[in-house]
Amino acid sequence: MNQLRRAFLKNAGTVGTVAIAIATGLLKPVSAFAAAWNSLAFTSKDLADSLKNAGYDGATESSDIVVKAPDIAENGAVVPISATSNIPGTTSMAIFVDKNPAPMVADFTFSNGAEPYMSTRIKMAKTSLVRIAVKAGGKNYINSREVKVTIGGCGG
Amino acid sequence: MAEAMKMRATMDGDVVDLKVLINHPMDTGLMKDKKTDKLIPAHFINQVVATLNGKTVLDAQWGVGIAQNPFIGLRIKGGKPGDKISVNAVDNLGAKFDGEVVVA
Repeated sequence: MNQLRRAFLKNAGTVGTVAIAIATGLLKPVSAFAAAWNSLAFTSKDLADSLKNAGYDGATESSDIVVKAPDIAENGAVVPISATSNIPGTTSMAIFVDKNPAPMVADFTFSNGAEPYMSTRIKMAKTSLVRIAVKAGGKNYINSREVKVTIGGCGG
Repeated sequence: MAEAMKMRATMDGDVVDLKVLINHPMDTGLMKDKKTDKLIPAHFINQVVATLNGKTVLDAQWGVGIAQNPFIGLRIKGGKPGDKISVNAVDNLGAKFDGEVVVA
């Protein structure tokens, strides 16, 4: 039994064998993710740069993106955000917070029946606009909503 | 590891309503440890993929701005009770988090 395994491990040392093993489904590829993490966009320090590096620049303002967020967040560490895009052909949706040290928070790409909707919880450094950018039919759209952050406050 | 992921998938009309909760510190790398006065290194989930019966429905990239113990809510058309949804996430240190749920 073990001899087979040993032989396999020995042979698997060459790149070619590993490639064949992946191709035949013997080994699963390490990552199921479509693209590498966009570190340039996520580490950009200002909004314009992060929008550009994430491919959401030149977006048209659109009220067809419905952004749900609290008017006042008592705790900036956990701010619930959800958004729906009513723009036909929406394929992806990203969250940006203007005043965060790194404005880009997340980028969601939808496929195979997923509705252009997402709900999550984000961090906010201080009172800021929260922007939801959307890609639809080769164009970019954006909408925003202000969330007041009262750190240590009591909601007043 | 403790239960890393909690998932729930229910039908809402003809749409699957999926909720996912992942246990993760989501450290930004900007906060100081109050005891040692040293920066806590960045440690956050940066990629998440969800599949319905093996087909990708969500491919997401995250930065440090997602809150601790991340929550995701999604709505998926074309699912039915008994369908299998799986979620795979990976953090910036390469740790993997996997979860699976059957649509109720």
